[in-house]
Amino acid sequence: MSVSFTVASRCGRMKRQMIIGREGMSDVMRVGLFVTCVNDTLYPRTGRAVVSLLERLGVEVDFPAAQSCCGQPLSNTGYRHRAEALMLRYAAAFQGHEYVVTPSASCAAMVREGYPRIAARAAVEGRSRAEVERLSKAAARVVTRTYELTEFLVDVLGVTDVGAYFPHTVTYHPTCHGLRMLGLGDRPRRLLEHVRGLELRELAGAEECCGFGGTFAVKNPAVSAAMGADKTRAIRKTGARAVCAVDNSCLMHIGGTLSREGSGVRPVHIAEILAGTEGRVL
Amino acid sequence: MSRTYVGMPAFPRAAAVSAGDTTLRANLRTATHTIRAKRAEAVAELDDWDRLRAAGAAVKDRTLRHLDHYLLQLEENVTRAGGTVHWAADAAEANRIVTGLVQATGESEVVKVKSMVTQEIGLNDALERAGIRAYETDLAELIVQLGDDLPSHILVPAIHRGRSEIRDIFREHMADWGRPAPEGLTDRPADLAEAARLHLREKFLRAKVAVSGANFMVAETGTLVVVESEGNGRMCLTLPDTLISVVGIEKTVPTWRDLEIYLQLLPRSSTAERMNPYTSTWTGTTADDGPRAFHLVLLDNGRTDTLADQVGRQALRCIRCSACLNVCPVYERAGGHAYGSPYPGPIGAILTPQLRGLTSPLEESLPFASSLCGACYEVCPVAIDIPDVLVHLRERVVQGGETTIRGTRTVIKPAKGHTMERAMMRTTGWVLDHPAALRRGQRLAARARRALPRRLPGPGRAWSDTRDLPEVPPESFRDWWERTRGGDA
Repeated sequence: MSVSFTVASRCGRMKRQMIIGREGMSDVMRVGLFVTCVNDTLYPRTGRAVVSLLERLGVEVDFPAAQSCCGQPLSNTGYRHRAEALMLRYAAAFQGHEYVVTPSASCAAMVREGYPRIAARAAVEGRSRAEVERLSKAAARVVTRTYELTEFLVDVLGVTDVGAYFPHTVTYHPTCHGLRMLGLGDRPRRLLEHVRGLELRELAGAEECCGFGGTFAVKNPAVSAAMGADKTRAIRKTGARAVCAVDNSCLMHIGGTLSREGSGVRPVHIAEILAGTEGRVL
Repeated sequence: MSRTYVGMPAFPRAAAVSAGDTTLRANLRTATHTIRAKRAEAVAELDDWDRLRAAGAAVKDRTLRHLDHYLLQLEENVTRAGGTVHWAADAAEANRIVTGLVQATGESEVVKVKSMVTQEIGLNDALERAGIRAYETDLAELIVQLGDDLPSHILVPAIHRGRSEIRDIFREHMADWGRPAPEGLTDRPADLAEAARLHLREKFLRAKVAVSGANFMVAETGTLVVVESEGNGRMCLTLPDTLISVVGIEKTVPTWRDLEIYLQLLPRSSTAERMNPYTSTWTGTTADDGPRAFHLVLLDNGRTDTLADQVGRQALRCIRCSACLNVCPVYERAGGHAYGSPYPGPIGAILTPQLRGLTSPLEESLPFASSLCGACYEVCPVAIDIPDVLVHLRERVVQGGETTIRGTRTVIKPAKGHTMERAMMRTTGWVLDHPAALRRGQRLAARARRALPRRLPGPGRAWSDTRDLPEVPPESFRDWWERTRGGDA
């Protein structure tokens, strides 16, 4: 399947959903928040920022406690079968949600690209028809409903000015899965450009991977660190006070490197910037 | 005997050494970033690139699906045009055939067109063992050969060498192989090229036998195609009496019309040119023109095994453009030698373990030599989803499973050294599938947060040698939600 086909069909789907979404907005829109295991455990501030941002925009947020992890760390390391249970868990947890919003491009990409693939591979492996059907149905149910946060804001809510205030210089690192798998394009930038007080600094070589790559970071530590060091050098060169991204896992690597280098540049998830207002800077 | 790839260390160890070589990293960075930018411009000129790319993938897939048919058609047409076709199941057989063919001519030297596949089978060493000297005539391959070195890039095999190093190699080693370097050779590119030209000219005019590979083989006419920039290929393909071409079976395309797609995709992707300077095509032999004898050695060497893998087979679409190397952040830091094969970079990471099988720690480490950033897939002119194949091969490494080795379906065992990881993944998978257990773990970590180190000992050093650990928050998101929103969830 070609990339252009995937992108085109997605755009069509988005447009349809936008219309449905607007029609359904007579009352209050309700979304399921998939906070992700990394944010749940290490960056709860990001999750709280998403809640506060969405609620400010009039969206009702629901957090199904049955959720846990999308399964990407397992499947990308070669343990696809162990990810199947997590995929079924995700689909069950968000069964009743028209929209699932997540502050992670990588996890959203796992759901949208990875889940159908998991189902397809099970079919190729000759697993039982019931099993394959269970997996395909689970995948199909969530693929079209799962949105990365900036996508949801720009495409579904149709806003680029979320009324945020963040009085700092910021540089933006587009993460690989947001850039190349979801095709987020300039959505995050458009949101950042409307933040009052925020000065956006251009990052050289922005589209280059930071070197995190999940278990790659520990399986190939030397190369991962070399990529990280090149990324943080570019970040420091911008003179920005904060580096922002749509994924905390990349920021954990970038931030960990910056902190080890003794740099004062702060890693900040885009949700935390967008959640800030003049009355309440996070 | 030149250096070989046999017995090279696993990727992480080799890459750790090259990533620490600041000169190499700076050279690679400049070279790959320059060509990366030029490629992007060359591709942007065509408004139907996506369609060309889709066609390039589709034609290759269709040809591979019916490869048995097209190879027989090719053999028939090459034979009809006066050539002789040989079939080689593996490297040893191909080397034996080529050595025998050269010996039959009574010659003891051959000139070579740049060819990936003869690097793959180690032809030069095999010929040397039989007392035959093979002269590389591509400039970069010449640099590699004179320096007793290994290629580190598909298109630019000597990309790891700076020009002063090249001058030194020419000064010290050209005399061992033929005409010495001119007195007082400088490191000016024009002077270096002239030295190579003089050195090689002598060989072109003397050689009676040439060995080449091919970029494409057109089944409908039995025509072989070589695409190149320097003209050395044209010399080798036309001057000698005997031409021996060793070609992987996946290089087949059905018709000349199909060729049209690849002659647009390849130069723009590899050298960022609209058209490469020399495109040579030949069909068997021609009376009173060019070689009197033409031999085609069709090589399998793991290709049909690769074709048997439903996910991995897309690697056989590869047209060796090296666009994936030039955008790969891992290749840029690790360099080509760390991949332990003439096929480095992202494509090498999926091709080598499939062609050779998961036969040593090196092959087993290659599928993990990627951050899965997806830049390779984005630029691939035949849309090979390299990250997908990498993940697929990771599964094979850590879990074992069904694969094809020399035509036989076999179940292989998981690779060694993943036992602890498997146990960890089993535990992780279980915890993540039991949110109550996850919560207990989070609370435990939160209570101990003040006591948790910023640096880890033992295997954890792989992370914390260069990166601080994030601070564990006093309260997880799910606990915050329950505390503040209770009843909702």
